[in-house]
Amino acid sequence: MRAAFPFSAIVGQEQMKLALLIATVDPSVGGVLVLGDRGTGKSTVVRALPALLPMMKAVDGCRYGCDPSANGTRCDECQARALHVARGKLPVTDKRVPVVDLPLGATEDRVVGALDIEKALRNGEKAFEPGLLARAHRGFLYVDEVNLLEDHLVDLLLDVAQTGENVVERDGVSIRHPARFVLVGSGNPEEGDLRPQLLDRFGLSVEVRSSDDVAMRVEVIRRRDAYERDSTAFMAHWEAADEAVRARILSARKKLPTVLVPDAVLHRAVQLCVDLGTDGVRGELTLLRAARAAAALDGAKTVTDAHVQLVAPMALRHRLRRNVLDDGGSGTRVSRAITAVYGTS
Amino acid sequence: MVAVPVTVAPPIDPSVSRARSAAALSVFAVVGDRIGGIVLRDTSAGAQEWIAALRLRLPAAARIFRLPSSATDDRIFGGLDLAATIATGKPVAERGVLAEANGGVVVIPLVERMPVATQARLGAVIDTGTAQVLRDGVHAQFDARFALIVVDESDEEVSGVAAPLRDRLALVLDGDVRVDASLLPTADVVARARARVASVHADDEVIRGLGGLCVAFGIASERAARYALWTARALAALDARDEVEEDDVTLAVQLVLAPRATRMPPAQEPEPPAEGNEAPPEPPPPTRPRSDAAPPPEPPAADAPPPDESQPEPPNDGQLEDRLIDAVSAALPPELLAALLARAQRPSQEMGRAGTEKESWTRGRQVAARRGKPDGVRRLHVLETLRTAAPWQRARVRVRAEQGQPVRSLIVERDDFRIRRYVERAGTSVIFVVDASGSAAAQRLGEAKGAVEALLAESYARRDRVSLIAFRGTTAEVLLPPTRALARARKLLAALPGGGGTPLAAAIDAAIIAGIGARRAGTLPVIVFLTDGRANVARDGKGGRAESMRDVLDAATQFRASDLSAVLIDTSPRPEPMAKKVAEALGARYVPLPVVDARAIAGAVALARETA
Repeated sequence: MRAAFPFSAIVGQEQMKLALLIATVDPSVGGVLVLGDRGTGKSTVVRALPALLPMMKAVDGCRYGCDPSANGTRCDECQARALHVARGKLPVTDKRVPVVDLPLGATEDRVVGALDIEKALRNGEKAFEPGLLARAHRGFLYVDEVNLLEDHLVDLLLDVAQTGENVVERDGVSIRHPARFVLVGSGNPEEGDLRPQLLDRFGLSVEVRSSDDVAMRVEVIRRRDAYERDSTAFMAHWEAADEAVRARILSARKKLPTVLVPDAVLHRAVQLCVDLGTDGVRGELTLLRAARAAAALDGAKTVTDAHVQLVAPMALRHRLRRNVLDDGGSGTRVSRAITAVYGTS
Repeated sequence: MVAVPVTVAPPIDPSVSRARSAAALSVFAVVGDRIGGIVLRDTSAGAQEWIAALRLRLPAAARIFRLPSSATDDRIFGGLDLAATIATGKPVAERGVLAEANGGVVVIPLVERMPVATQARLGAVIDTGTAQVLRDGVHAQFDARFALIVVDESDEEVSGVAAPLRDRLALVLDGDVRVDASLLPTADVVARARARVASVHADDEVIRGLGGLCVAFGIASERAARYALWTARALAALDARDEVEEDDVTLAVQLVLAPRATRMPPAQEPEPPAEGNEAPPEPPPPTRPRSDAAPPPEPPAADAPPPDESQPEPPNDGQLEDRLIDAVSAALPPELLAALLARAQRPSQEMGRAGTEKESWTRGRQVAARRGKPDGVRRLHVLETLRTAAPWQRARVRVRAEQGQPVRSLIVERDDFRIRRYVERAGTSVIFVVDASGSAAAQRLGEAKGAVEALLAESYARRDRVSLIAFRGTTAEVLLPPTRALARARKLLAALPGGGGTPLAAAIDAAIIAGIGARRAGTLPVIVFLTDGRANVARDGKGGRAESMRDVLDAATQFRASDLSAVLIDTSPRPEPMAKKVAEALGARYVPLPVVDARAIAGAVALARETA
């Protein structure tokens, strides 16, 4: 298969790119929901991630790709192995961050995992064959047309995404394994409603529109055409730009734990949530986490009002009360509230 | 609002339509797999003729696969090979039609009957060129690059091709798709064009023109321009040229961009757009890209242009684009402008398609089976159950033998059970939102009740569900949740007291919740407001006309965004400007009560029902 279109070559879609970078720097912001026009490169951005993201350290031989340093949240096998090696240090290998596509029509057994039939046959052994959730561990799980996915699968995904653990009880197999992933859902509201429960369980929500700027549209066509005609040359050309983004992600991850949020900034951010009447503390937490990640990506040591304002729409727009469906008005309401709290926007 | 591409009505002159159809066929033969494919909106006979003509122009090796719209997922995308699985005792994957058709052509007749989710999956296969199977113990991936022909025989105004698929198919022929065979290339010419097409060069002016056209005609998808470019290349290649010429682009934009137009660029030239412009007022005129006014800026610093970049933008640029706009406009039949205008004022008809069907265990159209326990209502899906049990047979036999249990030829366990599921078409849910405040003077309320009763009688005949929300004082209250028990609705309505403030914003909020609830329950909601629109109680329950109206308009905006079909019946003695304003904000049909009778109201509601 041809290499995916490079992340840096994607024209525009800044909000979506920022949301994914934030989720990469701090996966605890939760999933990313992308709604909008068809053919605007939603899938292209997601499919560009594997090549873009820095490699991760994983326990060598672990089929879930456990984080060697995450004692306590590793899978049972890793925990058991750690008891038998010197100082609990498991062998480490480099692994690509998984970006797993969940196609519509996938059945539950393939998603959560099931009994490994071949092993059962060969050795009479009850072994677990991991599903998509296991493959997505520490990476991204992407569902295009998320609003067309069957309800019971969506519930399952949201449940696992929230708990970070996949529990399987079927076919005589009883197993649990870590499944921490960023759920990325994309869709077009025209194809069917998004259930309200679904909306606010995504951490960030961005709206993707195609640009009305002719120069940008022309650039999209040029690059896409260059890629389709000679993808090798095109990839080589953009590798340096992708490398720069990669360096930015690594440095942001390192900085993140030390990024400070001044009281005044925090105060105004909370005020913004209060003004918008977002339900619960989830909105405030997400807003702060996203702002810290944005600051870290900026190379800043402290979060400023500007960072909060930058991420407020994506962190809050889908949490507005009396607004069970996404609509054009929610973005406007957020920017109105920003103007009220920060004066200018 | 998201604009939806309009299907272009057939050109009037048959010779024009046949020439266009021939051009589309030639392009399809050359680059069908690079541009997704084609939608044929015609009778089956017309489409068959088109496909037969295509067959003669394709390379001898290219095969055409027919995929019935009723085909199951495993036949389309691949799945478990039941026989091989039982024979070998381990899950064996089987290719679906899309993988078998790798390198060929796939035809889907009656595509309008194919479920939206299946069409969306097809779209994903076109994007990635691979069919992924993740079901029934199988995890496999197959190459699936093909050119797709979908035949849409739906006679409705709305396309039967679901938007996710339609966006991925470059070409659309509507009405008479028959071709003028004298204009078709020979198979040899097609073969040579296929070999040449990837190296055909297109000037940067062409690319700039395509970008400008997409903006001018309100085409959101970025695929459109890419497809138009390949179409132009194919036309050049068919003519044995290595350079795209203006005629190629002109025809390409007529074939690919015209059917996707969602708005018209402002009238050509005559003078610079002045304030007192006489142009049609709606939809909001798109800003026609004038390259001399705004030269395309260089892309951001980090985004260095790709290797095969050309020189700085020529100064006289934009002329090709003007000619192309003329070309696209000429390809649009005159009715289109009216259609585009109407569309701008009307919510998309495809909204909530998924919400118009509801799941059922007993009747309707069959959809994918699900794990579950059969009981009196849920019925076992025997084949799916066997499919699920198949991979385990060897293992189970072995386990049983080891445990000394009798071994049957087929061992099915509880986890294997799959139950049948269906979806059925939804009925309508009429939600009455009745203003019982003091401002809606008593006798007007009486008349409103009369109108509602007339509607109830009609709803009864149609087996609609009805629910009732009343608002007065400080709140809106759901008097009656959705029901078919219309007698109760009538009784409650008759007993409804009047008086108090007008909390209209709260009523609209309640209507949104009820409307979305009805949609979620699988019915099509139609909301009927009966009010004079003179709100004087805000959402917080406090008085104040200005505050209240602001809340009303805010609520109305959300209502409109929820895309609910609505009618507002103005119950004031004389048509009330406020009520009209609220109706506009809601996106509702406005019907002043004084000038119409109950029948006219019923007519307005019937109209709203049709567009729900």
